[in-house]
Amino acid sequence: MPAANFEELALPLFDQLYNFARWLTQDATEAEDLVQETYAKALRGFSGFQLGTNFRAWIFRILRNTFLTSRTGLKSTAFEDEEMEAIASTHPTPEAVLIQQADREMVQQVLTEMAIPFREILLLCEVEEMSYEEIAQVLAIPIGTVMSRLYRARKALRGLLLDKFKGGPNGM
Amino acid sequence: MACDAWREKLDAYVDGELPLSDAAALAKHLRECTECAGDALERVQMKRAVAVAGKRYQPSIQLREKVQRSLAGRPRRAKVWVWRIVALPATLVLLLSLAVGLYVERESMHRQRVYSELADLHVATLASGSPVDVVSTDRHTVKPWFQGKIPFSFNLPELQGTDFTLVGGRVSYLAQSPGAQLIYRLRQHEISVFIFQDRGAETVVSASGPVSTVSFIVESWTKNGLRYFVVGDVGAQDIARLSQLFKDTG
Repeated sequence: MPAANFEELALPLFDQLYNFARWLTQDATEAEDLVQETYAKALRGFSGFQLGTNFRAWIFRILRNTFLTSRTGLKSTAFEDEEMEAIASTHPTPEAVLIQQADREMVQQVLTEMAIPFREILLLCEVEEMSYEEIAQVLAIPIGTVMSRLYRARKALRGLLLDKFKGGPNGM
Repeated sequence: MACDAWREKLDAYVDGELPLSDAAALAKHLRECTECAGDALERVQMKRAVAVAGKRYQPSIQLREKVQRSLAGRPRRAKVWVWRIVALPATLVLLLSLAVGLYVERESMHRQRVYSELADLHVATLASGSPVDVVSTDRHTVKPWFQGKIPFSFNLPELQGTDFTLVGGRVSYLAQSPGAQLIYRLRQHEISVFIFQDRGAETVVSASGPVSTVSFIVESWTKNGLRYFVVGDVGAQDIARLSQLFKDTG
């Protein structure tokens, strides 16, 4: 029974999918809709999913693709890697000591402000602990692009965190 | 290798994506180079910071239930839909086939019971000391003998030119309904021909009891409101021949 297998595979990922959806949409209602739509789409397309391949990458990709075609998604993407390179390079490399002092709230704030292609790749890599291969599957990009985008995303994260410290209440 | 070259590999290293040989070499470099080690540490801390900060949103219980319901409900709804399309005719077919089956089975059991009872009558007649009440090979003697004894009359076939011999006849009962039992002989075998009013033979449903396997050949038909049964331990062809003689008789 495919439906039973689907539940076994998909339901344990519920929290993660919601978290990822919320990070992408930045809106509780939109995230809920996105998760529901993802599950519905995944269930419909489950017959096309090849057992033995990476289910997690498969369903994350469905969620991301669903997000990309949503209202918020259409507005927020369409970033070329060259453009992102420009965004990332506008920030100088901060001192390691500042990063160490970054608290959870600050990182969350920075992640929220980041362009979605950076935000999502950081979440997939650090929160979901996906391999480059999995990330490549979710984002439908080559592994080389995963590595370069991840590099830029981290660079941008460092830059934004440094900005927080500089403009923060402590006046660092 | 220069530090710049190593630093290019740092991300892959902290992500656990560096091939083992490269990772070992980089680890060795990090033990020797404090600058690169500091960079690596910063990246690890960043990873941790994002991992902690990234686990931010918890779905509501309501959403979880909603999704679970949709997963449990969707296939079921599909089944209900299919059920409506397929199952109603299927149920009708099933019910019909059950009804037909039951009817056929009941009919078959009924028939078996009647045949069984007639076979018993046949055997009992042959086993008795006086198998027949009217002993005559002449049909014109036997037929009138039944008048007043049974509520109907019948015609007996002309046996001239056949190897069947009329032995005689007696009154028999099937389901409390009186009828004629005629005994014919073919070679050393006796064959009983039972004639009842059709209604009488059909109401034999009430004749309950064990349905025994009939080891006799039985042929039955109805004609002019009468039901005929030909029972004997001869071959089916002989039963059929005698049956045909009766059928051909007006």
